Amino acid sequence: MTKPEIRTAIIDILSDIAPDEDYAQLKDDVSFREQLSMDSMDMLDIVLELRKRFKIQIPEEDYPHLVSMESTLDYLEPLLADK
Amino acid sequence: MGEEKIYDTVIIGAGMSGLAAGIRLAQYDKRVCILERHTVPGGLNSFYRQKGRNFDVGLHAMTNYAAKGTRSGPLSRLLRHLRLSWDELGLIPQLGSGIAFPGVTLEFSNQFELLESQIAEKFPAQIDGFRKMVASLVDYDQLGLGTSGGSAQEFVRSFLSDPLLVNMLFCPIFFYGGARESDMEFGQFRIMFRSIFLEGFARPYEGVRHILTRLLKKFKTLGGELRLHTSVKQIVTQSGSASKLILEDGTEIRAKQFLSSAGWRETMRLCGLEESEKAVAPGRLAFVETISVLDRDPKRLGHRKTILFFNDSESMTYKKPDSLIDLRSGVICSPNNFDYGKPLGEGQIRITALANFDRWAQLDPEHYHLEKLRCYDRLIGSAVRFVPDFRGNIIETDMFTPLTVTRYTGKDAGAIYGAPEKKYDGLTPLRNLYVCGTDQGMVGIVGAIVSGITIANRYLLAK
Repeated sequence: MTKPEIRTAIIDILSDIAPDEDYAQLKDDVSFREQLSMDSMDMLDIVLELRKRFKIQIPEEDYPHLVSMESTLDYLEPLLADK
Repeated sequence: MGEEKIYDTVIIGAGMSGLAAGIRLAQYDKRVCILERHTVPGGLNSFYRQKGRNFDVGLHAMTNYAAKGTRSGPLSRLLRHLRLSWDELGLIPQLGSGIAFPGVTLEFSNQFELLESQIAEKFPAQIDGFRKMVASLVDYDQLGLGTSGGSAQEFVRSFLSDPLLVNMLFCPIFFYGGARESDMEFGQFRIMFRSIFLEGFARPYEGVRHILTRLLKKFKTLGGELRLHTSVKQIVTQSGSASKLILEDGTEIRAKQFLSSAGWRETMRLCGLEESEKAVAPGRLAFVETISVLDRDPKRLGHRKTILFFNDSESMTYKKPDSLIDLRSGVICSPNNFDYGKPLGEGQIRITALANFDRWAQLDPEHYHLEKLRCYDRLIGSAVRFVPDFRGNIIETDMFTPLTVTRYTGKDAGAIYGAPEKKYDGLTPLRNLYVCGTDQGMVGIVGAIVSGITIANRYLLAK
C-alpha cells in the first residue's frame, strides 16, 4: 500500500470509531487525541482494527507511533508495503 | 463426540454489561455467545408487556446525557466503543427534575446552572463551598479502571456545613446507585454526581426497549450468538481455570474465556468457590416500585417533573428498612416528562422506595399478594405529599418487589446495585473467568455498558 492508500484506510478506521467527526478537516501533524479527543481506549481500537483489516500485529511499545496521522503513516508504511 | 463448538468467550447474562462486552468481542471477530436465563434480554434494565401495555423495568432515565457532538464524557466514549451514532440511541432530554425535602425543593435539569442557582437562592451560605466541591469533582475519566476509596460523606461535609443540603444532594445519588448503606465510596460518588447533576437525564421515546434493540441488533449483525431462557447450573473448574459451563438442561458449553455478569457471589457459587463467595458481603439494599397507568398525561394534572426525589424529614436514612418498605423517601418518575415533542400516549407514574428483601421473602403467597396491594396504596399515599394527587386517574397498576427482581435476574436479595464492595479489576480466582456488571464497578445503564466494554478491552480483546 502507498501512503495515500494507507491514509484513506486510517480515515476509514477513524470514521468507524467516531462517525460524527469531520475528517476533511483532519490535520496530519496534530495528534488524534487533540483533534478528535481520542483516549487510550480509542487507540486500542485503532490497533485492533489494523490487526483485523491488515493482519498486522502492533506491539504495545509501538502505540506511541500512532499519535498523529503523520507519525502513523511513517510507522505503517514499511509494515504495509506488500499488502 | 460430534462437532463441539468452542467459543472464544461465553458471557453469562444479556444485560447491558454482557451485551456491551459481547459487541466489543464480536467486533473483533471473536466467537462469542451470551447466555441469558430470562426469556428477554436486559437483566436489571429490561421490559415486559402486560394487558396490552409496554412497561420498562429498571430504567427511569439514562444518566450521563450529552448533546450530539459532545466528544468527551462517558456517553460519547461508549458510543465510540460500540460504534453507535448519537442518533441511534434516540435520547430525549428530561424536562426537569427535583429533590423535595420538608419546606425546600431543589430543582435541577441537564443545565447545571439551574442547580447552582437553586442552591445560591435556597442555601446562600453554602454556595461557595458547593462551587469549590464541584470544581474538585469535575476532572476525571469514568473509563479508567480502579477508583479512589474514602467516604463520600466526609468529602461532601468538608465543603458543605448544612446537613440538610448534604442530605438533599445525596438523595438522588443514593437512589440511583447506592450499594452501601448511608455512605458511598468516594470514587463512585464522583461518577454518580457527574452523571446526575453535571450531565443529566434522558430517555428514548420507546424506553429501554429501544436501547436493547440497538445493542442486540449490533451484536447479532457482528455474528454474536444469544441464547435466551438458558440458565447456567455450574461453572466447571479445572486446575485454576474454568473449563466449561453446564446448563440447567445438562448441555455443556466450552469456551476459552468466560465473562460473568451474574454478580460476584452468584458467579462464585456457580463455580463452587464458597470461600470466594463469602469474601464479598452481599448487597442489602433492595427496592419496590409501583407503576400507575393514568388516564391522562401527568402534565395535565400539574405534574411536570421528570424525576422527583423525596424525603419527608431533614435527615435522610438510606438503609435496609426493618419493615417491608420505607415510606419516608423515594423516587417519583414519569416517563411522559421528557422533551419528546410528541405525546407519549397514556400517562405513567413510577414510584420507587427502599424495601426489605427478607420480609418479603417470609410472606406466604397469599400475604405476599395482599402486602403488595397494601404497599402499593401506602407508597402512592406517601408520594402524593410531594406531587399532585393522581389517585383518581389511575386506570392500571403493577408493582415489583425485591423478590420480583431476584426471580427475573437471579440477583441475590433483589440487590439491584449489587455488593457494597466492588471488584474493580474484574478478576476472579480462576484465570480465564472475569466479572462485569453491577459487582464489577459502575451501576446504571451507562455504568453497566462501560463495565462490559472496559473488562472486554482489558482482558478479552488483548489476545
